[in-house]
Amino acid sequence: MVYLVGIVAVLFLVLTFVVLARIMRLAKGINPTGDNDGTQNPYMHPTGMSNKLNAFLMLAFPIVGTIAATWSFVQASNRFLPEAASEHGVLTDNMFWISMGIITLAFFITNMLLFVFAWRYQYRADRKAVFYPVNHKLEIIWTVIPAVVMAVLVFTGWRVWRDITAQAPENAYVIELVGKQFNWYARYPGKDDGKLGNYNYRLIEPTNETGIDFSDEASFDDFTATQLHIPKGVPVLLKIRARDVLHSVFLPHLRVKMDAVPGMPTKFWFVATKTTEEMRNETGNPEFNYQLNCTEVCGQGHFSMRMAMVVEEEEEYKAWLASNKSDLTNNPQYLSRVPANLKARAMKYIEAAPAAEPAPAAADSTATASVATASASLK
Amino acid sequence: MATAELTHTAHAHEDEHEHHELGFIQKYVFSEDHKTIAKQYLITGILWAFIGGLLSILFRLQLGFPDMDMGWLRPLLGGWINESNKINPDFYLALVTMHGTIMVFFVLTAGLSGTFSNFLIPLQVGARDMASGFLNMLSYWFFFASSVIMFASLFVETGPAGGGWVVYPPLSALPQAAPGSAFGLTLWLVSMALFIVSQLLGGINYVTTVINLRTRGMSFSKLPLTVWAFFFTAVLGLLSFPVLFSAVLLLIFDRMLGTSFYLSEIYVNGEALPNVGGSAILYQHLFWFLGHPEVYIVLLPALGITSEIIATNSRKPIFGYRAMIGSMMGITLLAFIVWAHHMFVTGMNPFLGSVFMFLTLIIAVPSAVKAFNYITTLWKGNIVFTPAMLFSIGLVSFFISGGLTGIILGNSALDIQLHDTYFVVAHFHLVMGSASFFGLMAGVYHWFPKMFGRMMNEKLGYIHFWLTFVGIYCVFFPMHYIGIAGFPRRYYSFTTYDATNSFSDLNVFISVAAILTFSSQALFAWNFFYSIFRGKRAPQNPWHSNTLEWTAPIHPEHGNWPGAIPAVYRWPYDYSKPGAKQDFIPQNIPYSATPESNLPHENEQIPMEKEIDALLDSQNEVYKH
Repeated sequence: MVYLVGIVAVLFLVLTFVVLARIMRLAKGINPTGDNDGTQNPYMHPTGMSNKLNAFLMLAFPIVGTIAATWSFVQASNRFLPEAASEHGVLTDNMFWISMGIITLAFFITNMLLFVFAWRYQYRADRKAVFYPVNHKLEIIWTVIPAVVMAVLVFTGWRVWRDITAQAPENAYVIELVGKQFNWYARYPGKDDGKLGNYNYRLIEPTNETGIDFSDEASFDDFTATQLHIPKGVPVLLKIRARDVLHSVFLPHLRVKMDAVPGMPTKFWFVATKTTEEMRNETGNPEFNYQLNCTEVCGQGHFSMRMAMVVEEEEEYKAWLASNKSDLTNNPQYLSRVPANLKARAMKYIEAAPAAEPAPAAADSTATASVATASASLK
Repeated sequence: MATAELTHTAHAHEDEHEHHELGFIQKYVFSEDHKTIAKQYLITGILWAFIGGLLSILFRLQLGFPDMDMGWLRPLLGGWINESNKINPDFYLALVTMHGTIMVFFVLTAGLSGTFSNFLIPLQVGARDMASGFLNMLSYWFFFASSVIMFASLFVETGPAGGGWVVYPPLSALPQAAPGSAFGLTLWLVSMALFIVSQLLGGINYVTTVINLRTRGMSFSKLPLTVWAFFFTAVLGLLSFPVLFSAVLLLIFDRMLGTSFYLSEIYVNGEALPNVGGSAILYQHLFWFLGHPEVYIVLLPALGITSEIIATNSRKPIFGYRAMIGSMMGITLLAFIVWAHHMFVTGMNPFLGSVFMFLTLIIAVPSAVKAFNYITTLWKGNIVFTPAMLFSIGLVSFFISGGLTGIILGNSALDIQLHDTYFVVAHFHLVMGSASFFGLMAGVYHWFPKMFGRMMNEKLGYIHFWLTFVGIYCVFFPMHYIGIAGFPRRYYSFTTYDATNSFSDLNVFISVAAILTFSSQALFAWNFFYSIFRGKRAPQNPWHSNTLEWTAPIHPEHGNWPGAIPAVYRWPYDYSKPGAKQDFIPQNIPYSATPESNLPHENEQIPMEKEIDALLDSQNEVYKH
């Protein structure tokens, strides 16, 4: 392929210079004529074939172009995204194709008029152009028509947008997504309280990638994973943030996209309608997997910053939640960050009897103090 | 013509002071002559266009042929080709960033508006030069300094800026986050700051000249649409570039002085930064407050140029002159209040999203009116396909095709899926990139005779047009498909997005089309530079055009008209007027000289011609300092 391109490029260059040389030779023979002396200006009264040829191409281009566009669209259409796998995705997909229909119609009508007029009204020595500077009625008509079409599109689009961006239902499953160069973490609220605990970016370290604040009781059963699990058929609320630079959560099949911004949590809620299994059957591709991609440029690894994703039935999701140990369980040293009055509750998540030696009191208070300062400065 | 000449001879020698010879430096380098400055802008812009185009070819190679052995590029790119003979992913991002920056700012803003506003405003409104030749000269040299710095940034060891042409913080504010945010980005910011200064100096001149230096009789309702377009463009730039300046300045502070305008709660490279309270979104608001008007800053001049060329070569008045002005005015106003449609999925309040969707889709109405008016101007014309005309028709086609997909992207609900995919890339490359580029090309072909006193080769122009026109559609039309399939932009490789369906065949096609389109620009370069020196000599008015620049000598000196500046009595679009001897009546021909073709209301204007003529003395006063 490389060589092919190389050869084509070289061929093209050679051809270019052949044509150039020929044209330059021909051009020398033509005498430029001034037109102040009453002779006909050759530029505005073309006599050769060029004008006719250009006019012909003006007609040929849209015909060949229409065929090419139609053919290529049909060819490519089976590789467009599979059917939407979320409730709002079906709505936006429908609206997309309706809008595409409208603009395709406008595209063909206006382009055709443009090219056909160009061809039809090509220069003829015996014809004079029509002096037709204005027609208010016509102008009003073609101001009103696009205005009405736009109004309809705006209104329907706004209704869908309003529903998509409305407050998430109370019963939505909450999942937190945290982007960093160049991977994602998902934090789940755990099986016990269903609530995400506080976080603080100053607490981030290799064993606490999302900066969970263990002085908050709700964080005890939270756990972090590098795979995104989503229950089907129930509202899911993604709480999105970033650690370092902008990222963007893109779930192509669920038609979800929302930026991850350091210092400004964002959110997006949706209802998934097809499990991974169902999608595999539908697409006939046993390898099919949902995924999350980053769509805001974030540095070298941007293009490969993705996360595997599973959509499953609600029961499976609950079982999966239950099967994960909380981050506190995996990192019992964080018990030292838990305030004294909550220690008893936190102990529930510490496995195996020898509850890690309580850290020295001094270190404990420093840690808590620094967290307090950090939270204060945030406010 | 005879009548016009009579009135002029009396005052032919009033401007003796214009004729002293200037030295080489003053004439060609630090020139204050708007025509020379325009040519400086044009040639700099053309050089930038080839650099910007070349960068795009480099990343198209990567996208079309991800498995290609790029070792042969090592002499050009050195260390940016890694050990496995691939383009370094960081450098890939630098390529797309610099391509965008160069094309949007250096080619389509400076190269287009800088060239034609400078060249045409004084010649078409009938002025001896810009209101301030000195500021105009400064404008070019600020742009030149900005260009030098931007060009130098290509050779920095850590590479040029690499966060996309929008350089969103925090990525751009944290040199430790990416090599493309290191010294290269500092240079980018400095260069942009200088660029903005240049644009403001230019813009002030354009606005002042249009308002104050129109020749006698040249009321606003007789201005050619080119001048109207340049005027609106300058207003847009004057009001929005300062906002970009503030965005850039705050970013410089965040990078160098430890402020937290855009930074908050950041943990990067194993370290929690102290910055809290800033907002990354603030930058996006400031950036797009320029960024969106910028789209019209590059597009409006192209539309103005096209209006003029389509009318001239259809031998018909532009259809709906007032509607054209009105829609440009509408676009100018709306351009300021649609910026947040670039930010639907940034976490901005969804209610704001609704408002911006509404405002964005309104802008489709004046745009549609313009397209319809162009098409109607062709209807029942007598069309001569000069290269300029071909490029203008191509522009209208791109403007329609690319503009229509804007209706989809402006719909916030649909933008969720399409935001930052190739659908967006295809959309804006057609409507803003290609359309404006065609405006630039059309303008060069049309006004080359006035600029250099010679003609460009027309046949080469035809070939150049058809290769470029077909090529651009081949590049950007299929790109929509990749966008509909969801492929995100600024991806170094697509296999990570979808291993089974990476559209590799289509990407090969697009890359080949891009390479051929880019190569065919060599025809233009040859034609342009060859014709400057060896082209056929231009006649006085090669396109039989009505506007004032064609009444100036073929090689206008500094001051444009050797005698008095011609007066203007009529609008610029009296083509194929019923009853007229010729199919054009230039603006400086009074109605009293054309009784055979006057419309009833035009006969009423004949008595007013005396008043216009009486203004000559006061007009001459203006130029006596």
